[in-house]
Amino acid sequence: MKRNSFDFIIIGGGVVGCAIARELSKYRVKTILLEKESDVAMGISGRNSGVVHAGFYMKPGSLKAETNILGHRMMPKICHELDVPYQEIGKLVVAKNEREIEHLYELKNNGDKNGTQGLRIIDREEIKKLEPEVEGIKALYSSTSAILDPFILNVALSENALQNGVRILLNTEVLSIKENSSFLVKTNKGEFRSEFVVNSAGLFSDKIAEMVGIDKYKIYPCRGEYHILDKNKRDIIRGMVYPVPPKELGGLGVHLTPTTDDNIFIGPSAEYIEEVDDTANTEQVMEKLYAEAKELLPKISKKDFIRSFAGVRPKLIKPTAKEPRDFVIEESIDSFINLIGIESPGLTSAPAIAEKVVEIIKKKKKLKNNRKFNPKRKAPVRFSKLSNQEKSELIKKNPNYGHIVCRCETVTRQEIIDALRNPLGSRNIYSVRKRCKATCGRCQGGFCTPKIVEIMEELHHPSIDDLTLKGNNSRLFIGRTKDLRKND
Amino acid sequence: MIKKEVDIAIIGGGPTGLSAAISARKEGIDNILLIERNENLGGILNQCIHEGFGIEIFEETLTGPEYMQRFIDKVEQLKIPYMLNSMVLDINKKKEIIVCSPEDLIKVKAKAVVLAMGCRERTRGNICIPGTRPSGVYTAGCAQNFINLKNYMVGKRVVVLGSGDIGLIMARRFKLEGAEVLAVVEILPYSSGLPRNVVQCLEDYDIPLYLKHTVVNVVGRKRVEGVIIAKVDERWRPVKGTEKKIKCDTLLLSVGLIPENELSKMAGISLDPITNGSRVTENLETNIKGIFACGNVLHVHDLVDYVTLEAELAGKSAAAFVKGELRNESNIKVTAGNGIRYVLPHLISGKNDVKFSLRVMCPDRNRKIVVKDGEKILTKIPKMRVNPSEMIQFNLKKEYLEDVKELRVELE
Repeated sequence: MKRNSFDFIIIGGGVVGCAIARELSKYRVKTILLEKESDVAMGISGRNSGVVHAGFYMKPGSLKAETNILGHRMMPKICHELDVPYQEIGKLVVAKNEREIEHLYELKNNGDKNGTQGLRIIDREEIKKLEPEVEGIKALYSSTSAILDPFILNVALSENALQNGVRILLNTEVLSIKENSSFLVKTNKGEFRSEFVVNSAGLFSDKIAEMVGIDKYKIYPCRGEYHILDKNKRDIIRGMVYPVPPKELGGLGVHLTPTTDDNIFIGPSAEYIEEVDDTANTEQVMEKLYAEAKELLPKISKKDFIRSFAGVRPKLIKPTAKEPRDFVIEESIDSFINLIGIESPGLTSAPAIAEKVVEIIKKKKKLKNNRKFNPKRKAPVRFSKLSNQEKSELIKKNPNYGHIVCRCETVTRQEIIDALRNPLGSRNIYSVRKRCKATCGRCQGGFCTPKIVEIMEELHHPSIDDLTLKGNNSRLFIGRTKDLRKND
Repeated sequence: MIKKEVDIAIIGGGPTGLSAAISARKEGIDNILLIERNENLGGILNQCIHEGFGIEIFEETLTGPEYMQRFIDKVEQLKIPYMLNSMVLDINKKKEIIVCSPEDLIKVKAKAVVLAMGCRERTRGNICIPGTRPSGVYTAGCAQNFINLKNYMVGKRVVVLGSGDIGLIMARRFKLEGAEVLAVVEILPYSSGLPRNVVQCLEDYDIPLYLKHTVVNVVGRKRVEGVIIAKVDERWRPVKGTEKKIKCDTLLLSVGLIPENELSKMAGISLDPITNGSRVTENLETNIKGIFACGNVLHVHDLVDYVTLEAELAGKSAAAFVKGELRNESNIKVTAGNGIRYVLPHLISGKNDVKFSLRVMCPDRNRKIVVKDGEKILTKIPKMRVNPSEMIQFNLKKEYLEDVKELRVELE
């Protein structure tokens, strides 16, 4: 039993859970993180715009505003430590008519109150200078708004936590929690005991809270769909281009967000749905997104779409609610910390939320510093980002770098091997695509998926059932080529 | 970084590249470099284990690998240098090419370049199919690779979207492997594959073809559990109330091929928005002098035999360019008129015999291909049947082309 006894159990391997795991690894404590999916970043954390918000949207005085501003300040250093690309490309919030200008000033005031740096209202002329393709009469320019790859950040946080002693169990779903002197957490992979539980289960956080009798929170799932543009369209905008947020409380409006891999995301929509894990795209919204993006950027065509996807916001309010609701970051019952309703700006806020959680813990438990804590995590090589000279030197050291597997994203054999040997032990097509971007390009894995499967076989000799797209039950194959003929 | 100088660099070692290389060598060019990104020469034909290749050229029907082997043997016999597992990362107007290979990064300076990169499959993302994103959605070529080369069966209850040739061939392949093929769904009112494939792959195996239908939803979180198909109107929009659910574990996409011209764009080559390939002269030269394009990177072909023949011309032209014998006087525009989707080449000189390739807009019977200069009709070619899936080729003698100002090809 002792082996399964911990100081902290973190439920959920999204960006918040992993940021908390890393934060706790700065202390001499026993922490385990439980994730029900086959990898980290499988929920909300991997299905968003990847924006590090500068903090002008959120209501002054709210936890959202506070953690956003703080997280935005912390993020460059964290990204530097974890070797995660961080690009401060700036953002334009564009007013298309007189009525919207008023909202721009509201946003600016909000930002000024929150402490956002680098906000300016600019006119049409300057909009054209910054973004020649964008139409608008005035805009709010935020020079410190940034982008990062949310998968990579999430993976990096988890790897750094792991490296500093946190245990991370994938494919481990929490089934029940019993509370007496400590918490007994039952999962499909056995039982775990712990003094504290941190509930960072995202879309399922209300269900986890219910397991210890807290039933005052209910998650209302609100889906956001996106299209991804081919990177040959990257140049049509320089930074992020947003509309003035619509008055409904769903989201920030359909925007254009470049990614650190030079694609552009169009989206997200906002639509309340029934099931928290329903990430399907819908015909109606796909069309609407296209029309709205076309309004912002007339040069876009459907031919440039390489993929569509959707994420779900864990909202704490019904569609009919008048006011937005703040993050829940609280010790709801003794030693059980709930993080519920962590929607946008959750990615930006994650490091600040992690600090807040540790503050709560410190009030109850003395934490001794982990002097061995190493804040640095080295990212695997991204071949495509190197100079020719660097590429050449690398190939001479290791010929696997000279062998390109994913042609669209220029990902080498060695990068696929590195991705498959990730320290978390996640071994499917999605775990590869998250880590090295193979299959993310314009052919969407048409050419490289067979090659990746071949490398999977060479490295780990998986059974057919273990060759999956994204973990359990997402099998790529039903058997060998002649299998269906065997019973004839 | 290794540096190399060659007379002709050929990018792509599929049917196009090999044929261009052989033809250039026959024209006396020794210093050729063939660059192939896969571990074998032969390109996509290696996975096309069905037969039907070579009828035009060898007058016999071969499988893809058999067809290719004849060219691979020839390349070996002529000792044409080639690199495997090697991919071009960059190319510029000066014909300087950066190749990434397991040996090193190689900077190749070429006198002439033949682009033979082929094409890729259009994906689900390109056509915005709604629904979930489970495993079990494969492009037809990817599934073909898994089944034929990797010995993996991708599914047992299959719906095919798109009736292009690869989709039809794969529908049959699945059937032969013991899988159920529940439907082939085509948005157009006619199949976009060759008529012979519709007969030999669908009709012979009782596979239902749903014309004027499309897939409007994919169901299943982990693995495909089904698709919803629906009728479409004239503007390809799904008609409400016509939806029908088909339970399946696999959705196979055969929704078109796109010439892979990312490198061409790097070199500043101008592209035709209809073919998605380069604009070329009668010598298959692009707007960049000394860079030639042929095969599926130029326009998508239905028969590999035609690819081979086109590539021979490109190889020959590249050789002539290296020898300083290529005269470039192509300044007569060729345009596609009524009923014609595209016609190649885009420019001719009027001083040589020219082979034209074209595709029509829609299927029809008893029509004529008309070649005009202004209002003047140069020739009429009767056709019993025309079909967008079948490329039409015809030759025009130079006598017809003297003093022509602009050539227009129409369907009458």
